[in-house]
Amino acid sequence: MAEIVLETQALTMRFGGVTAADNVNFKLRARELRCLIGPNGAGKSTFFKCVTGLQTPTEGQVFMRGHETTHWMPHQIASLGVGIKMQTPSVMDNLNVFENIWLAARRFYPSDEAGRKTTEMIERLALGSIARSNLGQLAHGERQRVELGLVAVADPWLVLLDEPAAGMSAEDVDRMTDIIRELNKTAAIVIVEHDMQFIRSIAEQVTVFHQGAVLMEDHVDRVMADPQVRNVYLGKKA
Amino acid sequence: MTGSLSRDVILTILVSAILIWIMPLMIATYTLTVLVIYGMLGLSLGLIWGFGGILCFGQAAFFGLGAYTYAIAAINIGESTVPMILAVLVPAVFAALLGAMMFYGRLTDVYLGVITLVVTLILFKFMNSTAGPQYVIGKARMGGFNGIPGFQTLNVPGDPSAFIWGDAYFYVCAVALAIVFVLVSALLRSSFGRVAVGIRENETRIALMGYDVRARKTALFAVGAAIAGLAGALFANWGEIVTPNLFSLSQSAEIIIWCIVGGLGTRLGPILGAAGLAYLKFLLGQQSMIDNTLIMGLILVLFVLFLPRGIVPALASLWRISFGRRPLGRIHQVRRTRNRERLNG
Repeated sequence: MAEIVLETQALTMRFGGVTAADNVNFKLRARELRCLIGPNGAGKSTFFKCVTGLQTPTEGQVFMRGHETTHWMPHQIASLGVGIKMQTPSVMDNLNVFENIWLAARRFYPSDEAGRKTTEMIERLALGSIARSNLGQLAHGERQRVELGLVAVADPWLVLLDEPAAGMSAEDVDRMTDIIRELNKTAAIVIVEHDMQFIRSIAEQVTVFHQGAVLMEDHVDRVMADPQVRNVYLGKKA
Repeated sequence: MTGSLSRDVILTILVSAILIWIMPLMIATYTLTVLVIYGMLGLSLGLIWGFGGILCFGQAAFFGLGAYTYAIAAINIGESTVPMILAVLVPAVFAALLGAMMFYGRLTDVYLGVITLVVTLILFKFMNSTAGPQYVIGKARMGGFNGIPGFQTLNVPGDPSAFIWGDAYFYVCAVALAIVFVLVSALLRSSFGRVAVGIRENETRIALMGYDVRARKTALFAVGAAIAGLAGALFANWGEIVTPNLFSLSQSAEIIIWCIVGGLGTRLGPILGAAGLAYLKFLLGQQSMIDNTLIMGLILVLFVLFLPRGIVPALASLWRISFGRRPLGRIHQVRRTRNRERLNG
């Protein structure tokens, strides 16, 4: 078995009277790809924010490759080699594609090498024709792709993606799937996602959240077939 | 930023050489000197606000601190070289401490403005209240409302009796501004500068890339303060007196207006804005028909309404539209290739 790269122990997050994440125990092994699903308000995004350091959990611990990162800031977690992409495209609108990706590469590589890696990444993502365009002028799918590129260029060993396929065309989703598969060769990946078709196309292990807690954790086919999951999540579709 | 640094340096040297030669033929060097100094002060805020996204309402605090540091040190030391260095270091250290407090406390936007403004006003109040004989630093009396006159002005390093004044002092200030301009250009081209622009654009993204935003903002804030401090020391030398008015509200506001009118996000804009508006104020001060603050206010309103990006960006666009066919063509070309790619699937 590969080493455990991400683990949470009894992770709990309360907002006033609401328990958004309730005693979540989660383990992820190196080069694993895991999807987190669940209905709105199930606690997926809260869990995601606690792991990335954007929020500090009320109770419990987070471990990454043996470091306890519970009270770390997002930049400290990212410095470990963790790539993070939030729900909405979070990019630098008045800078061009090259500069956006270069800034991510520069964090881990000297200036020249960062330039080389950026050029490579732009080629890999087929962004060559718009490399000098500002992000603000690009289409949603392109922006998502750039953001994935700036996560990938830093050669992370753990990638956390919050709804990467949201609002994208089928063609863009296909391209995104290829990039994620490529990333998965070297990194463990956690994907928070709503789009069931996307999950079917990419996932193996799936963790289902319901009312802040983990409902079940199994292979995607068995999760989809499970009557309880259909009840809480797919509900009327079944 | 396009082009290389060496091209930038050559261009800066050429343009400033021409300006240093031509400008004294039109405006008296005594006035020009203070325009240059204000230009440097404008550049200091233009750097941290226009490129780092830090809106500091208290740039005057660092300007005044630089001036006071120079005056007090010059009286105690009796020459000008060490005081000049101190006038850069003291505001920088002060800004580093203040910045660390603000940025590590996660203050942003308007709160940052409030804190920096309040710090300036505290300094203003404090300096005004130091009239008593107990307020003495070494041999220098703080002088309260009257300020500190009669300190050693700029001399040739190593020779305290060889004063630099008049035309020579103008050349010193102009060259200092050119050097600071080149240093700022180099900073903006460095990785540090590029990350700073990234922080201005999207702080969260930069943090998620693994950069410590707090430390970087603090460092940039200190650099801005160092430049403002240098401008303050040069101003002290020009006026041969420092008074608490350096810390006043109107001084603080004026720096922000210079940046808005000149153009944020450019290096030249804040300098031109500062020199231009200060000269206009000087001209308006010679007549008594209309109060000059009224006209200043009108200019600001007109700019915010009709040229919100400021003079320099507007001129740059105008230049591109009239003469620069190439960049426009490139955009079309990019669109064409993109459309073609889409058609081909």
